[in-house]
Formats: sequence, C-alpha cells, structure tokens
Amino acid sequence: MMGGQVSGGEYMLIVGGGKVGWNLARELIDKGHEVTLIESDRERYLTVEQELEHRVLYGDASELWVLERAGIARAGMVIAVTGDDEDNLLICQVAKDKYGVDRVIARVNNPRNRQHFELLGVKPYVSATDLILRLIERQVPRYGLVHLLDLADAKIEIIDLLIGENAQVVGRQLHELEMPKGSLLISVMREGTGFVPTPDTVLEAGDEVLAVLDPRVEEELTRYLGLEEGTVDRTPDA
Amino acid sequence: MLAEGHDVSCLDEDPDSHARLELGLDTSWEDAGGQFTVGTGLEIDALTTAGIERADVFVASTNGDNTNIVIAQIAQRRFRVETVIARILDPYRAEWYATQGLQTICPTRTAIEMLETSVREVAAGKEEDA
Repeated sequence: MMGGQVSGGEYMLIVGGGKVGWNLARELIDKGHEVTLIESDRERYLTVEQELEHRVLYGDASELWVLERAGIARAGMVIAVTGDDEDNLLICQVAKDKYGVDRVIARVNNPRNRQHFELLGVKPYVSATDLILRLIERQVPRYGLVHLLDLADAKIEIIDLLIGENAQVVGRQLHELEMPKGSLLISVMREGTGFVPTPDTVLEAGDEVLAVLDPRVEEELTRYLGLEEGTVDRTPDA
Repeated sequence: MLAEGHDVSCLDEDPDSHARLELGLDTSWEDAGGQFTVGTGLEIDALTTAGIERADVFVASTNGDNTNIVIAQIAQRRFRVETVIARILDPYRAEWYATQGLQTICPTRTAIEMLETSVREVAAGKEEDA
C-alpha cells in the first residue's frame, strides 16, 4: 500500500501489542526495520515478549517518559494501534507536536471518533470499519459507486461507477453525453479489460468507468451515468 | 458556581451522578437552575445538548487524563470556547499541554506542593523546639 515509503532500516515505534500491533511489528521486523512495540498490559507484554524479546517495552505510552524511554526522539514513524481511540489520538499528537515525528499512523476503533482525529490534525488514520465498508461497497455496489480517491482539500475526487442496465447513456457515444460541468470520464473497464475512452467510445451497460470530478457534482453524475431510470423515479429527491 | 449565580451545565456518562449534585441542596439540581446531561464528552451531540455552544467556560474534569485532554481540545478548537480548563493528573503532560495553550490543573503537582509545605512546617517547628 505504501510501498516506497517503507524502505528498510527505519526506526518505528508501535503502540499496542494486540493482534494488529504484534503482527505489524513482526512484518516490519521481517522487512528489516528496527521496531519497538509498547504494551501496557503486563500479561500481554509477557506473551509478546517471548517472541519479540527486547523489542517489546512494558509501559503506558500515554506517559511521556515511556515514549522517551522507547527512543521516540529518533523514531521515523509512530504507529498507534491500541484499542483505545483517545490513547491513539494523543500518542500521535505528542509524537508529532512535541517530538517532531514526521509520520504517524493512528488506528480508529470507533468510526464516530474520526472527526476528533481530523480536528487534532492526526492523519492518516485507519479504521477497520471503514475498510470493510469500502470492501462491501466494492462487492455490493448498492449505489453503483466506489470512492477511490478523495482529496477533500483539493476539491477533487475519483469515483468508480457502474453503468446501469437501463441508464440513459447506454448505447451513446461519449461526445454525445451531457456530462455535468466539472466531471470527466477517464477510463472504461469492459469484460476485464480497461481502456482510455475516445469521443467515439460507445458506453455499454455493465461498463465500469472511472471519473474525476468536483465532489459537488457527484450526485448529478451518479444519476446521469449510474442509476437505472426506474431507481431515479422512485427517489425523486436524490 | 450555581450558588454564585452562574449557569452551570454538567455532562456525565453516569446517570447516578445527578444525585451527587443535589447533596446539600434543598431543591432539585434543576430547580436550583442547573442542567444535567447524560453522555460522554466525545459525543458531539451530548456536548451540544449540554449547551457547549453558548458556554463561556468549559471544564474537563473526568477521572481520565486522556479523555480530559481530548475533550478540552474539542471544546477549544471545534466550539471555540473562550476559557477551557483540563484536569491532568500526570504532571509532565500537564506542563506540556499548558505550553500548547490549554489551561491545565494538575492535582498531583498541587498535592506535592502542599505535602512539601506541611513537611517543611513540621521540620521548622522541630528546629524551633530544639
């Protein structure tokens, strides 16, 4: 996922020795990184320590001296994956703001807490619920739409859209379409092959298209390309 | 604060805490002019119901340092409450967040100072006796 950034030989602090933290530590050590895992539960610490030995530290990483003892000052990355959102949030906040760690990654356990991570400037954050939701959306495209890239600050996004069975654009050439202003079709996937469309490309039902657009015209575009006519009739507000 | 004529709204996740507010009051907390909301400080809805949008002062004094630090920052950054005070037991973190623009109260530090003063007074008394 983050390929180039995780090149070997960097010092990484992982907070939380649960399934996520432990496995992450193992993977990163395999890739040649220097890792310290901090775990605050004594029993869990002893279990993990049997495998990771000196690379596990017992302590509550909410306390600054624990982070300092773990060598946060020279850490290139801090990853907070405890089961407590407040812990993850504050550990990443002090890592960035107090110790000047460039890169932090926080785990969000309760998706409702995402807004607090945004507010305190802790990014990126990873929410398992969101990831699973995205996978479900991909498998079950209820709205025929998957968000691929969402650059809220830049006011631009890329979405993946399924052309509906009875969509009004089926059978028409691209240059005939009345695409909403601020949107552009950039690729078409058909029967497992992708291509960049030309003005002559005729859209077919079942085509999966990528569109780059201003988020404000998303609804309009989705209605125009994706939804079947019957669906539109049933939801006049949409 | 209520007795001094301020509007006081209390947010607590435990509904039973309401009874504690009425200790020493002749009337109910509400009749005395107080407000009580059940919820946690991480729930924006609960904060709004409790009236954070019109608050002049916000005090975060749950029994958890982390909770207090997070909700104090929510009050400050999201709701722009003018005065925000957070109770932080950990002296080191209280000190650091104080440099980040948060008003912090550290009961640990206060207790240490009081204990030191008491010990010094006793020691001074003994010297005088001698």
